[in-house]
Amino acid sequence: MAVMAESTVAQAKRSSLWTRAFESRHFLGAMFMVPAIAILILFLAYPLALGFWLGMTDTKIGGAGRYIGFQNFVSLAKDSVFWLSVFNTIFYTVAASAVKFAIGLYLALLLNERLPMKSMIRAIVLLPFVVPTVLSAIAFWWIYDSQFSIISWVLIKAGLITRYIDFLGDPWNARWSVVAANIWRGVPFVAITLLAGLQTISPSLYEAANLDGATNLQRFRHITLPMLSPIIAVVMTFSVLMTFTDFQLIYTITRGGPINSTHLMATLSFQRAITGGNLGEGAAISNAMIPFLVAAILLSFFGLQRSRWQQGGRD
Amino acid sequence: MSSVQIRDVRKSFGNFEVLHGVSIPIEDGQFVVLVGPSGCGKSTLLRMLAGLENITSGTISIGDRVVNNVQPKERDIAMVFQNYALYPHMTVGENMGFSMKLRGESTEEINKRVKRAAEILALSPLLERYPRQLSGGQRQRVAMGRAIVRDPQVFLFDEPLSNLDAKLRVAMRTEIKELHQRLKTTTVYVTHDQIEAMTMADKIVVMHDGIVEQMGTPLELYDKPENQFVAGFIGSPSMNFLKGHVRVNGVATFEGPNGVKLPLRNAPAASDGRPVVYGVRPEHFTIADDGADAEIVVVEPTGSETQVFAKLGGEQVVAVFRERHQFNPGDKVKLKPDPSVIHLFDEATGKRV
Repeated sequence: MAVMAESTVAQAKRSSLWTRAFESRHFLGAMFMVPAIAILILFLAYPLALGFWLGMTDTKIGGAGRYIGFQNFVSLAKDSVFWLSVFNTIFYTVAASAVKFAIGLYLALLLNERLPMKSMIRAIVLLPFVVPTVLSAIAFWWIYDSQFSIISWVLIKAGLITRYIDFLGDPWNARWSVVAANIWRGVPFVAITLLAGLQTISPSLYEAANLDGATNLQRFRHITLPMLSPIIAVVMTFSVLMTFTDFQLIYTITRGGPINSTHLMATLSFQRAITGGNLGEGAAISNAMIPFLVAAILLSFFGLQRSRWQQGGRD
Repeated sequence: MSSVQIRDVRKSFGNFEVLHGVSIPIEDGQFVVLVGPSGCGKSTLLRMLAGLENITSGTISIGDRVVNNVQPKERDIAMVFQNYALYPHMTVGENMGFSMKLRGESTEEINKRVKRAAEILALSPLLERYPRQLSGGQRQRVAMGRAIVRDPQVFLFDEPLSNLDAKLRVAMRTEIKELHQRLKTTTVYVTHDQIEAMTMADKIVVMHDGIVEQMGTPLELYDKPENQFVAGFIGSPSMNFLKGHVRVNGVATFEGPNGVKLPLRNAPAASDGRPVVYGVRPEHFTIADDGADAEIVVVEPTGSETQVFAKLGGEQVVAVFRERHQFNPGDKVKLKPDPSVIHLFDEATGKRV
């Protein structure tokens, strides 16, 4: 009897502990976070850590590597192809982002006006964003083809040039060509996001500025730009990050050629790691991108810090 | 400062005409209030005056100059918007000085004028703040400050108090009126609130469905409304209307619904049996032995006065008494309108008889 009573008491105690745990905010909170943490660890933290680790080893496909410290980075520092890819990546990012911003802002301002068939034009602007990257890359590849390029054909028919342009055979031609393809693909994102930002600006601000005597240019300078600056910071950060890590366009159009002149860090990393089999070296190249990306994020973080006029008070 | 002439102005959006020939003369230094229910075209008219909407036909002149085709910024007007339209990224001082900065005035002159306007509006301690950090009333004052700094020919106000709470609205009303008395700048003020119109205006323009129903001083409109719309719109609680006929039988009386008889001072000539609407303001009822029978429905004391809803000949009427009668719902009372201040309107046209 005594034993039975004891076990019942113990059972009651256990169940009450279980129930109490589920009534505790802290325990429940932790439980709810488990799935999110698991996903983050599995798909984000683990690959990142693995990448860091691989960069410190001489792993090759098919064989376990061993720890070699910073040797990969040391050899990369002497590798002219690596430095060329760093230059290409920076050039590609700066040139493409600047033009994407300019065209995107222009389109956004245009679409914010009263236009006939506005919704249709908006849909057309979004088109490059909707087409799968590889598909549009193949289209560009064809447009840039040395024998069948439609651009060359049109220019020859128009009598402006006499020979087909070697878009992808000459280093600088190739660089500008892939930049153009990236711009074509990236403009819709910038334009639509900036348009959304423009539409949050109250029309009465423009009316007030109009009565205050502002010209069109002054309205843009004193109302549109400052009001849009938070959105610009977000859009351009995303745009820079996406351009810096671009892979698909380059890999489909040029594969990094000619003579590595369009190799970005991402494509070079892939080439060395997967095609070349040197996983360790490839991972080191990928790791080398991190300082640049962190710098871009920090820049935008400080740029994004809400200006004083956005703080405080309710509205 | 300058006068404003609005002559036969029409406005259409596509085929839909919203203003049907409006003419309003505004004298130099006058405070004119455009009042009417929403959709009556008063805000559109103000925006046409500002140059934010095109004028379909007719002319608007400021001073001697017809401004139909003059750009807003060249009309020398300042406008206070309903949502204030303050530039959120500029401080109070920058907001107020923006128009002068655009005109390329010296920083010294801008600071001087901004400082003076800030003093007038008690904004001096707030000049470095951003609009987000201000209360509704302060934002409202900044919007006015922006207008004052410009020292324009005409001030335009587009429902400036409708975003404020009731208490602040009353305070700002007085402040705006005081400001006008001080600056004496011609002002056109749009509101849907007839109390704002009554308390602030030199001249009220009552608009309805794109036409001017009546214009005049607040008391003219109150005492002699030209039609039933104005009579019902001006005054709070609004005027009671009873349908019936004029009876001339020795003494002129009004015979209302269910045979209720109400006094008339003198009947309009040859009007026996004429169908009319009898209008009496709530404050013009008294309790008298020779009054009409009524039954009290609801009593609403406000302290200074008591509003009484009663059934008079089956129709609900409201009466306001400043004396403290002891009324209870269901009480029978005798209500008598003061015949010297009642209004008669033609039943068909609504025009004053």
